[in-house]
Amino acid sequence: MKKTAIFGALTVAGLAAGAAGAATLDDVKARGVLNCGVTTGLVGFAAPDANGEWNGFDVGVCRAVAAAVLGDPTAVEFVPTTGKTRFTALSSGEIDLLARNTTWTFSRDVDLKFEFVGVNYYDGQGFMVPKALGVSSAKELSGATVCIQTGTTTELNLADYFRKNNMDYQPVPIETNAEAQQQYLAGACDVYTTDASGLAATRAAFENPGDHVVLPEIISKEPLGPLVRHGDNDWGDIARWTLNALIAAEEYGITSANAEEMAQGTDSPEINRILGTEGNLGEMLGLDADWAKRAILAGGNYGELFEKNIGENTPIGLSRGLNAQWTDGGLLYSPPFR
Amino acid sequence: MTTLSDPPRESFRLSMLINDTRYRAYTFQFIALMLVLALFAYLGSNLVANLRAAGLNISYEFLGESSNYDINQTLIDYTSQSSHLRASIVGVLNTLLVAFLACVTATIIGVIAGVARLSPNWLVRKLMAGYVEAFRNVPVLIWIIIIFTIMTAVLPAPSAFRGEDPDASMLFGAVAFTNRGLYLPAPIWGPGSLVVVLVFIASIVGVFAYRRYATKLLYDTGKLLPMGWPSLAIFILPTLLVYFLLGRPITLEYPELAGFNFQGGTQILGSLIALWWALAIYTGAFIAENVRAGIQAVSKGQTEAAASLGLRPKRIMNLVVLPQALRVIIPPLISNYLNITKNSSLAIAVGYMDVTGTLGGITLNQTGRAIEAILLLMLFYLLISLAISALMNVYNNAMRLKER
Repeated sequence: MKKTAIFGALTVAGLAAGAAGAATLDDVKARGVLNCGVTTGLVGFAAPDANGEWNGFDVGVCRAVAAAVLGDPTAVEFVPTTGKTRFTALSSGEIDLLARNTTWTFSRDVDLKFEFVGVNYYDGQGFMVPKALGVSSAKELSGATVCIQTGTTTELNLADYFRKNNMDYQPVPIETNAEAQQQYLAGACDVYTTDASGLAATRAAFENPGDHVVLPEIISKEPLGPLVRHGDNDWGDIARWTLNALIAAEEYGITSANAEEMAQGTDSPEINRILGTEGNLGEMLGLDADWAKRAILAGGNYGELFEKNIGENTPIGLSRGLNAQWTDGGLLYSPPFR
Repeated sequence: MTTLSDPPRESFRLSMLINDTRYRAYTFQFIALMLVLALFAYLGSNLVANLRAAGLNISYEFLGESSNYDINQTLIDYTSQSSHLRASIVGVLNTLLVAFLACVTATIIGVIAGVARLSPNWLVRKLMAGYVEAFRNVPVLIWIIIIFTIMTAVLPAPSAFRGEDPDASMLFGAVAFTNRGLYLPAPIWGPGSLVVVLVFIASIVGVFAYRRYATKLLYDTGKLLPMGWPSLAIFILPTLLVYFLLGRPITLEYPELAGFNFQGGTQILGSLIALWWALAIYTGAFIAENVRAGIQAVSKGQTEAAASLGLRPKRIMNLVVLPQALRVIIPPLISNYLNITKNSSLAIAVGYMDVTGTLGGITLNQTGRAIEAILLLMLFYLLISLAISALMNVYNNAMRLKER
């Protein structure tokens, strides 16, 4: 009996190890569903609503890719991942795409063998403290107890920042954003640190957001973007150009409202190429001509996704800042569709 | 007349491997062994092939690189510049610390609860039965989280101790219960404190020597010396005398609120307390059942015989029942100690940085060396479990029924 159980476990492990490595596009098409890794819940970026529907900025990327590949923005299986489980989930093939505000770093790209397909949010690490502490700068945080999500780049930045400034602190490692929120509100830590966008999103979910301040210091560069496994370049191209299509769509004024109309043909060759009325870009990707149109119709272009989920008119209230189009002084710059 | 003769010796034929009961068992065992080996070889080559396909390799070089993260409880010197290996050692020590504390506490709780379950007092008996059933049948992870959540939610934050009229105050002005843990006074070892410590150790030895002498005297001459108060006197008096003669070399440093936290003194992390007590009360319930079973395994005739010799109930328990019960109690106790050590890997639920949290958590995550880190982790738990069971087996052999 004992032996049988061991055999069973080993067989399953063997089969699971054998599954990864095939062409992801074919797998997704055969399955009819895109497995997309997201956070366990960060309002504005990826969180299920009251009906259990996933919504948010990162979720929008998943839905756009699903729409481009499968023609159906709802054909997505959302897999909640923590900072610790996300990379294993991706490299084991449990998910096809990871859209979980993940920082693009050298070692993740090169050593962990992942491929970042672009940046969908330019972020930086910040600190949030209760107003009652009377702290106005991160330089005054010496001796503080800091809540931090374990398995993230913020953990390393924090250690570097305090060492550089000759301050000491006590880290409280935490698995998920929800736990961090509970610990922080209970006063078990003085400071909560994560990406500034995450802080804004977390604070928006508080009962009294006004009682907490995000300190002005941004201590790191955190380019957040979706990523795929190394070694399947065709799949990486699809994810990369779907994201670029959303960004380019905003630049050229293609929105979810007018995409159908523009797809009848316009006098701008670039728009025509994106929407598939000119050239054969879709075919080159292994998709049909309408792929980008469907991606844009799924949740709107980059600007629409931003405004709807995390923009200034939402409780999270982030301004575009670095995430404006290059034509407006931001960093968003899609390579040409040609 | 018929003659009896041995049956002719059959020469070995290949078909006997299947047909002859003498060899059949070996044949099948051999086949099973080959299958198992083949399976492991397949899994191993599968792993190597998949790693190669993903462009990865197995390498332990990451252990020498600097870890770049901080740990909240370090028993040895550690900074974010130390190596991953050192971070792992910090984790190992944290695991051993919580396992040791929980083993000791669980044993004390378990023995008391186990004996009390057999108490003639109805209320005590039922209370202990309630404790055992409630704690044994709820997963230990739930207990860890319950204790931790209650601590963070109920106890005050350090800021509540601040101000003219604080919401919370320190116990005896020395101990602060906060939702970040317990702040205690810490001893400061001044010059001459070594002498005090040595005298203290010497008086402990003295207590044992006195008790051994008293027992010997009792056996040799039948003269009964008092045990209780002389032991206490030997234990305390010389140390106190030396302490005051040397002008109180050991002083206490009290924790004080400074900045965000209490400074000075010793801090016992909330996560350590939660993990320690959850493991202790959970495993204590199992140990209580072992103790009860062990006591009940001693025949009732032993108790009655001892009582008829005029021994008091406490002595019956200490001199007759428990020594025999120990033989039944120790083997399952070993497995309970192993359980505590292994269950301590649930530490990550409350952010206690044990070896699963450092080597199997942050290091694994930041270096991406999952297979290497997990193998190392398995090796550590294997070694520590074998060490604990080896130690306990030595004790078990010492306690075993001596067959002469």
